[in-house]
Amino acid sequence: MRRFLTQHASAFSDAVHKLLAFPLGTLLSLVVIGTALSLPAAGWLVLDNLRDLAGGVPKPQQISLFMVPSADKRAFDEVELRLRLARVGSWRFVPRDEALERLKAIEGVPEILATLPKNPLPDAFIVEPEDIRPEAVESLARTFSNWPEVEHVQLDSEWVRRFDVFLRIGRLMIVMLAGLFGGALIIVTFNTIRLQILAQADEIEVARLIGATNAFVRRPFQYFGFLQGLLGGLFAVSLVVAGAALLSGPLDELVALYGGRWSLRGLDLALAGSLTGIGALLGWVGAQLSVAVHLRKS
Amino acid sequence: MISARALSKRYPQGIEALRDVSFDIETGEMVFITGRSGAGKTTLFRLLAAIERPTSGSIVVNGQNLVALRESAIPFLRRSFGLVFQNQKLLFDRNALDNILLPMKIAGLPANEALRRARAALDKVGLSNREKADLLTLSGGEQQRLAIARAVVNRPSILLADEPTTNLDADSAAGILEIFRAFHQVGVTLIVATHDPQWVSCVSPRILRLDQGRIQEDVE
Ligand SMILES: Nc1ncnc2c1ncn2[C@@H]1O[C@H](COP(=O)(O)OP(=O)(O)OP(=O)(O)O)[C@@H](O)[C@H]1O
Ligand SMILES: [Mg+2]
Repeated sequence: MRRFLTQHASAFSDAVHKLLAFPLGTLLSLVVIGTALSLPAAGWLVLDNLRDLAGGVPKPQQISLFMVPSADKRAFDEVELRLRLARVGSWRFVPRDEALERLKAIEGVPEILATLPKNPLPDAFIVEPEDIRPEAVESLARTFSNWPEVEHVQLDSEWVRRFDVFLRIGRLMIVMLAGLFGGALIIVTFNTIRLQILAQADEIEVARLIGATNAFVRRPFQYFGFLQGLLGGLFAVSLVVAGAALLSGPLDELVALYGGRWSLRGLDLALAGSLTGIGALLGWVGAQLSVAVHLRKS
Repeated sequence: MISARALSKRYPQGIEALRDVSFDIETGEMVFITGRSGAGKTTLFRLLAAIERPTSGSIVVNGQNLVALRESAIPFLRRSFGLVFQNQKLLFDRNALDNILLPMKIAGLPANEALRRARAALDKVGLSNREKADLLTLSGGEQQRLAIARAVVNRPSILLADEPTTNLDADSAAGILEIFRAFHQVGVTLIVATHDPQWVSCVSPRILRLDQGRIQEDVE
């Protein structure tokens, strides 16, 4: 057990020495790894913040039910009854004449309307549902469209759904980006260690001749990959934190300008921890692959 | 106790480096393997250290059959030997002390214990004042002695040395023989390959003479 610890400690210090032996090379690797990790992390944060931002804005969650032109008082009563029974939230009846009056208030519209022989607008119900999750709102809309004498249902919260889709696509792109950069990180480590193995070929040969196990030969490289990834991850964390700090001042001002109450959410501890951990893990994987390929047999 | 039976080694290119070699070496014995260049001395050394496997035959070292040994057990077997290679295999990008620390690092010895043993080994071969020396500044004889120090630093019970006096003048060679005798006296089994029978005549040890891969004579 003591030997085991001694061997690991010495492999670890070997790895640290290797990192310190070429400070410039190490620094460059850390910049590459740090940047590769920070980009997807920053993207993730941006999406997170956008979602927060969207969540903070009051959304006009409305469903408009447009009645067929021939609908009469009886049909309106029928719809009103159904709305009451369905307990969907609040609603309001907008007769076609009222709608026309409102439309006329908009600049330029009266001239257009004047050319029409009659009021082109339908009678409508505007529903504000209680449950504003996009799925719930949509299913309500589907229900309404099946009701008699309802000609058309319009979802005014369309943009919310679009935004949701946009977020989903954004996330997928970030995952793909992260995969790409993660792969790059593995390749960088793989190659760094390949060069180290070449440079230390003599030492490795001698060590094997006098009784070094495979594990002994590999260990310093594995620690090296792990440490380099870990430090790269920490570097990425500092990049993201610094970026967020630089942006948050101007953004706060911008938001305040529009009277909003929102502020940039930076990297939390969990995300910072995962970023560092992922860096270390990927570095270790790169090292593991490299020693497996390059140290197969003396 | 080392016992070789009907050892043969044929290299992939078809050269038969050893043919039907059999011998026993008792614990604590001092044996010199001689023979002219190409006789198969290094090949025998490599078989004994499990660096190569024999084409046929068996080698048993302290009850362990090297031929049947699993690949993963070989490093541990090698650690029980002290090995001095024909071309020394020292690391020229490190100082004398660091070269000697390597076997103990491999064995996982604590640093302070390793340092103590390394200094003792350097002392034994008369290099204690060259601890920090760059290897390129060491003479051929000093490099040989450093290689011996590295081989014995883990206190092996068997020391295998391949041509430890190549390129050395008679005085330096005699110095190395003295070191070997000291190990012999404390009970270490010594197997030394040399093409220079003159060098060993003064200790009149057991000599295994190889010729074209066969044992030509085995004399005390
Ligand atoms: N790895 C190898 N592949 C092929 N042939 C080899 C190999 N090693 C040695 N030989 C051949 O085997 C024969 C014995 O070689 P070996 O190195 O054992 O001789 P030696 O007695 O140590 O010679 P020297 O005194 O020059 O060191 C030689 O003919 C040599 O060419
Ligand atoms: Mg030889």
